[in-house]
Amino acid sequence: MSTKSDLSRFLRWDVAVGILLVAVFATGAGTTEGFATTGNLSFALNDIAEVAIIALPMTLLVVAGEIDLSVASMLGLASAVSGKLWESGWAFETIVPVVLAIGVVGGLLNGWLVTRVGLPSLAVTIGTLTLYRGLASVALGSNAVTDFPETYARWTSDTNTVLGFLPYPFALFIVLAAVTGVVLHATGFGRSLFATGAQEEAAYFSGIRVKRIKLLLFVLTGLLSAFAGIVFTLRYGSARADNGQGFEMLVIASVLLGGVDFDGGKGTLGGAIAGVLLIGLLKNLLILNDVANEVQVIVTGLLLVASVLTPRVIAAALERRHRRAAAAV
Amino acid sequence: MSLPTSVTVRALTAVTAVCALALTATACGGTTKKSSSDQGPGTASTASADPGAALKKDLKLAFLPKQINNPYETIVDNSGIATAKEIGSTAKEVGPSDASASSQVSYINTLIQQQQDAILLAANDPNAVCGPLKQAMAKGIKVVAYDSDTAKDCRQLFINQASSEQIGRSLVQNLGKQLNYQGKIAILSATQNATNQNTWIEFMKKELALPAYKGMRLVKVAYGDDDDQKSFQQTQGLLQAYPDLKGIIAPTTVGIAASARYISSSSYKGKVVVNGLGTPNQMRKYVKDGTVAQFSLWDPKKLGRLAAYAASALCSGQITGAEGQTFKAGDLGTFTVGKDGEVILGKPTVFDTTNIDGFDF
Repeated sequence: MSTKSDLSRFLRWDVAVGILLVAVFATGAGTTEGFATTGNLSFALNDIAEVAIIALPMTLLVVAGEIDLSVASMLGLASAVSGKLWESGWAFETIVPVVLAIGVVGGLLNGWLVTRVGLPSLAVTIGTLTLYRGLASVALGSNAVTDFPETYARWTSDTNTVLGFLPYPFALFIVLAAVTGVVLHATGFGRSLFATGAQEEAAYFSGIRVKRIKLLLFVLTGLLSAFAGIVFTLRYGSARADNGQGFEMLVIASVLLGGVDFDGGKGTLGGAIAGVLLIGLLKNLLILNDVANEVQVIVTGLLLVASVLTPRVIAAALERRHRRAAAAV
Repeated sequence: MSLPTSVTVRALTAVTAVCALALTATACGGTTKKSSSDQGPGTASTASADPGAALKKDLKLAFLPKQINNPYETIVDNSGIATAKEIGSTAKEVGPSDASASSQVSYINTLIQQQQDAILLAANDPNAVCGPLKQAMAKGIKVVAYDSDTAKDCRQLFINQASSEQIGRSLVQNLGKQLNYQGKIAILSATQNATNQNTWIEFMKKELALPAYKGMRLVKVAYGDDDDQKSFQQTQGLLQAYPDLKGIIAPTTVGIAASARYISSSSYKGKVVVNGLGTPNQMRKYVKDGTVAQFSLWDPKKLGRLAAYAASALCSGQITGAEGQTFKAGDLGTFTVGKDGEVILGKPTVFDTTNIDGFDF
C-alpha cells in the first residue's frame, strides 16, 4: 500500500513537469551563453506574461470540466477597442474599465450559452473565438494604433523591473497566481470546482450550484483575457485586431502540459504554472540556439501529446499492478 | 461546501459597480492622446562617420524577415547572406513562421543576447518591435530595416526598394507607352486604407495630370482587398462597367495575378493591357501566353545585397545613418543616405518575355 502511494507521488505529473522545468533551466544556463542573464530571463518572463495570466482562470475552467477557446480573440478585441478609443481621444484611465467591462460581457455570453442554453463549451467558444476576432476587426480594421504614451508603456517593459529582474506584468501574475492557488486548493469553492469537474451530476445533487460557478468562471476568464489584452497592447505599443492570434492554443497547451486533466476534476495550479514556464523557457532556449521555427512547433506539439498521453499510460500501468497485487492476495 | 448563489451575484454586482465607479471617476480627467504627446525624440546618432574606414570583416549579421518561408523574403535574405560571406563576414536568417505584430520581438531579444553586430529586419509592425530594437542600439548593435520600415527612431537605416514616387510614376509611364497615351484606364488596388498603395496611387494621379497623358483618363480605382477571388471579381466588374477600358494598373501582386487570370480566359485578352507590380513566378504564365506584356517589381536579390553592404558600412563606421553620407555597395555602386536614414535601391525592374526566365521568386 505504502509503496503504491510513494510511487504515485513520484510519478505525479505536475511534479515531473516541475523537474523538467528545472532541467531545462539548468541545461540552458550550462550550454547557452546569454540564457541565464537577468536581461534575458526578464524578457522571457515578460514574453509569456499574458499567456500566464490567462492560464490562471483557464486552469479553474478545465478543472471544472469546461474550456474557453475564445480567450485570444478576447485579447485581440480588448486590444482593438483600446486602440480605437485611444485614437478617438478617450482618457486611458477610462478605456481600462470599459475594456474590462467588455471582457465581462464576453465571458457572460460564453457562460450563458454554456450554462443556460446548455451547449458544450468547446462548440460555444469556437463560435465566440470567431465572433470576438470579427468584432475586433470591425473596431479597428487592419489599422494599428501605436502612439500610446511612455507613462503607461513603461509599466509593461521588460527593462523596468521589481527586485531587479521581475517585469511588472509578471509580478502581477505572481500575485494573481497566489490568490488563484489559495482559492483552488484551500477553499470550499476550490473543492467544489474539482467536484464539478469530476462528477457534475453528483456535485449538483450534493448542493453545489454548478451552473453559477461555471458562469462565474467564464466571466473571470473573459475579464482576465481583456486585461491581458491591455497588457499586450502596451507591451508591444501596438493595438491591432490580430494581436495574440493563436494564444488560445499556447494557454491550453500550457495548462494541459501542467497535468490538468482535460476531462476535468484533476490537476494543480502549480502544475499549470510550471507548464507555462516550461513552454516559455523552452521556446526562449530554442530560439537562442537558432533552432528553426518548425522544430520549435514540433517540440511544443510533442510535449502536449506526451502530457495528455503519459498520465493515462501511468494510470493504466498502476491499475494493472494493483490488480495483479490484489490477485496475489 | 458550495458557493451560495447570493455570493456569486454579489460578486458580479461588485465588479460592475467598481467598473461603473472607475468610469465616472475618470470621465472628467485622465491621460488622453492629446495630453500625452510627450514621447521623447529619437536617439539621433551624434557620432561622426569616417567614410574612409576599411570595411570590417568577421561581422555577425542577422536577417529577421517578416516571416520565414516567405519565398520573396527568402530570396532577399539568401542574397544578403551570400553577400556577407563574399565580404568576409557571416550572416544568418532567423524568424517567426507567422507575420503577426508581436512574433518578431522574441527574435530581436535573442539576437541581442547573441551579441550580433547588426540586426536587419523587415518589420511586421513598425512600433511593436521598437522597444527591443532601441535596447539593441543602446548595446551598440546596428539596426537596419529593409523592405518594410520600423518607426524612424528605432533603426539607423531603412533600405527602401524604390521610392514611392518612382513606383507610382513609372507604372503610369510604362502603361502610357503600351497604350500610345490613349484611352480609359482603371486601377485595381489592395485595401482602401493600405498606406503604400494609396501613396503610389497619388503619384500615379500626379503623373497622369501631366500634358503627355491628356488622351488617357483614369475612370475608377477598384479595391480587391488583396484577396484573390475578390480581385478576380473586381476585374470582371471593371470590364463590365467600362467596355471601352484600355488598361488596368494593379500595384499589388495579388491583384495583378488575379486580373491577368481573368483576362487570359476572357474575350478581353489582347485588348486590355494589364500592368502593375507582380512576381515573376506568379506572372510567368501570363507573360508567355501573351495576356501581359510587362510588369514591374524590384529585384529582391539586389535588395538583400544592398542591405548587407549597408549594415557592414554601419558596423565599420563608414556611415552613421545621417543624411548625405555615402557608402559603396560593391557592384551595385555608391549609395547616399537620404532623409530619415532612407537608402533607395533604385527604379523597379521591368519584367517581360526577354528577362522573366532569369528570375525565380
